[in-house]
Amino acid sequence: MQNKLVHYILGIADSNLILGQRLGELCGHGPNLETDIALTNISLDLFGQVRSYYQYAASVLGNEATEDTLAFLRLEREYRTAILCQQPNTDFAWVIVRQFLFDAYHLLLVESLVNSSDETLSAIAQKAVKEVRYHRRFSSDWLMRLGDGTEESHRRVQEALNNLYIHADALFGMDDHDNAVAAAGAGVDLSLLKKEYFAQIHADIQKATLTIPEVHYFQKGGKDGVHSEYMGFILTEMQYMQRTYPNMTW
Amino acid sequence: MVIRLPQGQEIDDALYTILDAVSDPEIPVLSIVQMGVVRKATLEDGIAHIEITPTYSGCPAMDVIGEDVRKALTESGYKSEVKLVLSPPWTTDWLTEQARAALLDYGIAPPLQAEADKAVLGGAERLVVCPQCKSNNTKMISPFGSTACKALFQCLDCLEPFDYFKCLK
Repeated sequence: MQNKLVHYILGIADSNLILGQRLGELCGHGPNLETDIALTNISLDLFGQVRSYYQYAASVLGNEATEDTLAFLRLEREYRTAILCQQPNTDFAWVIVRQFLFDAYHLLLVESLVNSSDETLSAIAQKAVKEVRYHRRFSSDWLMRLGDGTEESHRRVQEALNNLYIHADALFGMDDHDNAVAAAGAGVDLSLLKKEYFAQIHADIQKATLTIPEVHYFQKGGKDGVHSEYMGFILTEMQYMQRTYPNMTW
Repeated sequence: MVIRLPQGQEIDDALYTILDAVSDPEIPVLSIVQMGVVRKATLEDGIAHIEITPTYSGCPAMDVIGEDVRKALTESGYKSEVKLVLSPPWTTDWLTEQARAALLDYGIAPPLQAEADKAVLGGAERLVVCPQCKSNNTKMISPFGSTACKALFQCLDCLEPFDYFKCLK
């Protein structure tokens, strides 16, 4: 059960980590000062939450595990990151759509995780709910401004949506271990949140005068360890210091 | 003797003054006791057991606050153990009146109540008072400010930009 629990925690935390890293790449490169600060603040929230998750997972694992070994010393296939979170910062529209699709899922997840029978997971979620509400508001506000903005912003945000929407479904991926943790009351059964998720994002997409993409096939993978081509490059940069100077500290 | 504060804190009166002198490194006018960051401070067998809670998960000040607490207690002759707790989660309701006044005096508008906060962040109403000229003719520039706990505002009368401490419930 303990290893299943760690597996389950990584299924949540690894998406936070990589999206936080992607947003961190934008530090100093936002389209203007306010959005630059906002995106890096969101990144900081995600990293703060991921530290709590990893510290807890490390304490369950024992031995030599620490938050740093979990963040920096795993191999690509050992990460359970949703493919959506690996997508690059192609332009501001992509950044906003990626965030919007993630935040809607993330808020539903942590709102449910508050009721976890696991005290630590519940405490982390109680803290995260308050932060993710701000993220959710920020990304849907911007979706609206870009969608209902100029002809160019509308075109570009629609294009980002057409490209990223296929990754939405896999956010809800669950395997046997996840199902066992959910059935035991410590985890969240994501399949129960999916309907609400799509209802919410469809409403926001339409409010932003955008068209819901027609999808015949949702991209699978990510949380099962099979990643996009971007994942290796992200890890190479992120793990560089710990791989080159093992056990270094600031 | 342990004192129970209105914000749900339990603090041994022997430790109160020492902890009240430790301030938030990012908002130096705020004591960590007045902010509600110290949740518990008890003495057992001469060791001070301190529980602190972060304002936001990623608050980078927590490590410094932990260090400052240890240092202050050591200087007063106490051994200490500092523990980080997440539950119950920190809320702006725990800011004391003294802390709110200190914020305003320092140039940061203190948090409004939840409903009013939503209205100002949504741009529907103008209720945040400018810490410089006290006008409430102010508008939000960005929902995220210089730190995670603040939003950036501007006063439309004196034109000064300022931080607003967001309501967190």
